[in-house]
Order: sequence, then structure tokens, then C-alpha cells
Amino acid sequence: MNENVTEEISETSTQRPAVALKQEQSANHDASSIEMRRLHKRFGRDTVALDGVDLTIQAGEFFTLLGPSGCGKTTLLRILAGLEAPDDGSLVIGGKDITETPPHKRSVNTVFQSYALFPHLSVRDNLAFGLKMRGVPAEQRLQKVAEIAQFIKLGQLVERRVDQLSGGQRQRIALARALICEPAVLLLDEPLSALDAGLRSQLQVELKRVQKRLGMTFVFVTHDQDEAMVMSDRIAVLDGGNIQQVGTPAEVYERPATAFVARFMGHENLYAITASQDNWVETSLGRLLLAPSEQTSAQEGWLLIRPETLELGQDQPEGYNCLQGVVKERLYRGSRIEYRLTVGDITLMAVASNLGQRIHHVGDQVTIGVCPEDLVRVAF
Amino acid sequence: MATTSRLRRRYSSIREARHLLLTVAPGAAWIMVFLVLPSLYLMAVAFMTNGPYGLPQMPLSLESFKRLAGFGFLGWSPGNLYTLLRSLWQTIIATGLVVIVAYPIAYYITTCRAKWRPIMLLLVVVPSWTNQVIRTFGWMNLLAPGTPLSSFAESLGFIAPNMGLYPSSFAVTLGLIYNFLPFMVLPLYAAFEKLDLAQVEAAQDLYATPVRAFWYAVFPQTLAGLLAGVVLVAIPAFGMYVIPELLGGGKSLMLGNLVANQFSGGANWPLGAAGAILMLLATFIGLFAMRRIGKRLGGGEQVVI
Repeated sequence: MNENVTEEISETSTQRPAVALKQEQSANHDASSIEMRRLHKRFGRDTVALDGVDLTIQAGEFFTLLGPSGCGKTTLLRILAGLEAPDDGSLVIGGKDITETPPHKRSVNTVFQSYALFPHLSVRDNLAFGLKMRGVPAEQRLQKVAEIAQFIKLGQLVERRVDQLSGGQRQRIALARALICEPAVLLLDEPLSALDAGLRSQLQVELKRVQKRLGMTFVFVTHDQDEAMVMSDRIAVLDGGNIQQVGTPAEVYERPATAFVARFMGHENLYAITASQDNWVETSLGRLLLAPSEQTSAQEGWLLIRPETLELGQDQPEGYNCLQGVVKERLYRGSRIEYRLTVGDITLMAVASNLGQRIHHVGDQVTIGVCPEDLVRVAF
Repeated sequence: MATTSRLRRRYSSIREARHLLLTVAPGAAWIMVFLVLPSLYLMAVAFMTNGPYGLPQMPLSLESFKRLAGFGFLGWSPGNLYTLLRSLWQTIIATGLVVIVAYPIAYYITTCRAKWRPIMLLLVVVPSWTNQVIRTFGWMNLLAPGTPLSSFAESLGFIAPNMGLYPSSFAVTLGLIYNFLPFMVLPLYAAFEKLDLAQVEAAQDLYATPVRAFWYAVFPQTLAGLLAGVVLVAIPAFGMYVIPELLGGGKSLMLGNLVANQFSGGANWPLGAAGAILMLLATFIGLFAMRRIGKRLGGGEQVVI
């Protein structure tokens, strides 16, 4: 049974379903851009889920809403689907205000976290459900189901009941059930979180390919920053119902706008800036030189040092941005080596690619060098 | 080595059998003595002849089944057939209306805060703690001529002046609905509590109107509860004795009354026994039909038997 799952949706496949062809027509593109204006949502008296979200998503974009649980990302997705109504603000898809439109009248389909397949229906009836509700004639429905089943490589399973399928197969059925309706926007609510790691990373790649082939707007919700970086064209990081940063994976990872984003993206080397003058900042690690582009009027903030930008050596420290530290811990990861260093009593993480250079031992004195270009100033 | 393990297995199977006997035997004996034997006796009675005082006697005959089918001294009369049909009709109408009333109630309770739900369920159940006869008398008082309800119905032209809503077959239907509502609400509530809301949302998301979302996503999920409720309501309603007797005013007899009368006033035990067998048969047919329906719609068959 698992064989179907491991089979990839081949990129070279020449057989494209009608779904794909229609989406490729560029006229359809403008119909799938999303504009959110001042969206507010509150649950009960004190829980603020969304605190005035402004966001524009381009047509054909793979857009990810990233954040910890309770940050409002799922609420935002449910508002897009129409399953939740915002208290205030407006939602425009393809130039049409659909804030008040009920879910069954929106050209938006969702892949639910639990898949939410109908257990009393066969795979075929699950796939055909949206078309049936739209009044597509039975003959056409069958044809489209056959096409999409082939597209996701589950053609031989259409007669089965849903409870006879594996997790990966269900995931694909859920995706196909939404794709078959050719929506303007596809919403995905942590669709991979129930799968094991291997299948998960494989489906990440597949999902990304499907999106590129169909040119459909995908809005993807996840709390996993690696998943977000692998798949997305752009990422919005949310916290406490507010958007912290919107940008490409590289922007969000390399130049996080706030300390929250930096920590959420997995950065640990954050140091408070106590004073700054020109390109120089004063931190608990000492005086460090920044690139001219990092110069701001802000006196305070955080300094981010990415572990992979640090250079470790045995020479005597000389010049600027050179620190003297001690190796406290070493984790050998095969392709890379992680060090926990201390500079004075401040901890610093460093990651070195395993290129055959000298491996430092616990207790070694090392010189830590960092380029001014690799230091990033982060707001509070 | 092999012998010991075989011995051990044998010993454990004996122990299992003994456990089974100890746990099942008391219940089985109870059912044997108080259900199976009397039922067999009742069946035997149905094939005997009616004696001078209504008691069964020899010889064996099919006389009581003929009487039940309507063949009497004066030729065939449709009275008993009407009673059977009326029982069926009342059962179907009452069960259908109970379903319609119970669905929103059960759903509403699940939408309430968790701490209120037990209290609301209690409110549904509490009336059934009172004796059924007393509650039925209460309805008699509510529906009698001259009461506000009757006057209101009169002013709308539903009933003739001074007739009252009771006694009538309408009153019987109302009484049945009232009496059996908790038996439908409870299993439906249990089904609603387990409802997977994501399926409902998925249906809406896939262009289902609210009505269709109910039909395709809510109804199948609550089907097991619904069928359980139908069994709990329809079977007792079919054999109901008190409500038709009191609220029907002797005019809207159901099968239960027909049977009961043969053991009391009219005194014809064999005929009563034949009626009881008819009820039993009808119930079995009904359960069988439900089972088929449940199987066809999927997921509901395990509830019915």
C-alpha cells in the first residue's frame, strides 16, 4: 500500500489534467490575488486572535503563514475560507470583496489538518463532492475524478473507502478533493503535520511542484520554520495576532525584522545592543563593527549573529570583530559540527561545515571571527 | 516443554469457560425464567381455544388468529385491521415528529458550554421520572375542552366548538411525542457530541449549502444515534397502552390496548396472545428493516441488534 505513497508525482509527466490547463491561462491570475485589510478577530472577551492584519498575497504565489500555536495563523486561514467571520476589516479576492460571502459561495478550497474526508463515502465520491455540489453533470464528474486520481497517482484506489487508506494516501485525496474544484485560492492548514518525517519532506517537495505546475495561489499554514522555508515564495511570520514580518524565506531567515522572528527562525545568538555609534555597537560580547547598511538612528535593539557565519581559528585575535572564546560543547552532526562557545560568561553558538578542517575539542581556546556584513541589527 | 504449555493453555481455557459461566449464567437464567418461558407459554396459549371465562383450554385451534384477522360470528369486520394500521400510523408519525423535535434540541445542547450540558440533559430527562399515568393525566387537563390550548385551537378553527383537543388521535400523537422525546434526544446528543465538525466545514468549503452540509456531513455522522433513538421510540410506541387509553378516550385504540383488553375486560386470553405474537412479529420486521437501512446508509447497522 505504501508503494503508492512513495511514488512521486513526476515532473516529466506529459499528461496534464484539465485543472492544470485552465489555471495556466493568465487571465485567471488576477482573479486569485488576495487583499486583507485591518482584519480583527476576537474570541470571547479577552482572546485576541487577529489584531488588525494587513496583508497582500500575489496571484500564483506559494504564501506561508508561519507562527507558534495561538498566533492567529489558523484563524486567518479560516477567515479566508469563510469558516470564521472577522469582527472588523475586509477581505478581497480577485478584486471582489467577499468579507460577507458564505463559504459555499467562495472560490476557495481548503485542505484540512485532519483531512476531514467523508468516511461514509468512497474515494471517488469524496473527490467528486465539490463538483456534485456545484451541479456538474455526473459524466463530467467521473471524467474529472479519473483525471485528478491519475494526477495524484491514486487512480486504482477510487473504489476504496477512506478508512482503508494510509495517512499519506488520505493526504493526497484531501489535496485532490480541493484541487478538483479549480479554486482561485487553495488553503492548506498544516496538511503535513500528521505524517512521519520522511513522507513529510517528500510531500513538501511534491506540493511545491504541484503548485508551480498549476500556477495556483496557495496559502499554507505551518508552525514549522523549515517547512515554511523549503516551500514558500514568501512567508508571513505572525505572533499574537500581528504580522511580524513578510518576506522571502531568505529575508526572513537572514534579516529577521524582530527578535521574535529571529528566535522563531531558530536563531539563538541574540545580544542586546547597549549603545551604538556610527557603525559600531556595544554588546555584551564587546564592541563590534557593522556594515554601513546596518546603521540606523535606533540606539538600542538586538544584534543577531548567525552561527554559520562565525569563523573559528587558533590564531591570536587581532583587528576588529575578533573574539576569544572557549569550546564548552561539541555536537558532531556529520555534514556539520556545532559548537557551544563561551566568550567571558556569554554563550555563543557556532556551526562549521565539515570540510576536513581542524575540529576543535572541548576546552580548546578558539578565536572567533565574524564579518561586519554578517551582523544583523534586529528591532525589539 | 510442549506438554506443559499445552496443559497450561487447556487449564486457562477451562478457567475462561468458568468465568464466562459465572458472569453470564445469572442473566441468562433470569431471561430464561422471566422472558423465554412466559413467551413460549404465551405462544402456546395463542393456539388454544377460548374457554367460558376467557381462559385458554384444549383443543388446539387457529380460532384466535382468525378472530384477530377480523373473522367473527357476524362475518369479517375491519376493526382489528384498523387498529393495527392505526398503531403503525401513530408509531410512524410520532417517531418522525420526535426526530424533528429532537434534532435541534440535541444539537443545541452540544453548542452550549460544557458546564451547562449535563443540566440541560437533566431537564430533558426529568419529566420521565414522574409516573407515565400522572403525566398523561396532566395532558388530559391541558387539552380538555375550555382550556386555553383548546380555546386557541377552536379560535383558529381547528376543532368544533366545545370539543376540546382531547380525546382525539391528535392528543395521542402529542402524548407519544412528549413521552418519547428523551429517548431520542439522548442518543442523538451522544452522536452530536462526537461530531467531527471539520467534516461539516469541509462540506461547506466544497460548495455545500447549509441544508446539503447537514445532509452530507451531519446526518451520516449522527445516523447511528438516530437509528438507536428510532428503535428506542418506535418499538415501545407501537405497543403503547396508557396513552391511547387515556388521551384517545377509547376511540383511538392501538394494538397494545387491543391485547390488554383481551386479558382484562373482554377476557379472551388466546386472542390476546395472538395479538401479542402479531406485535412481536411486527417489531422483528421493523428491526430487520432498520438494520437493512442502517447497512445501506453505512455505519448504523451495529446499533440495531
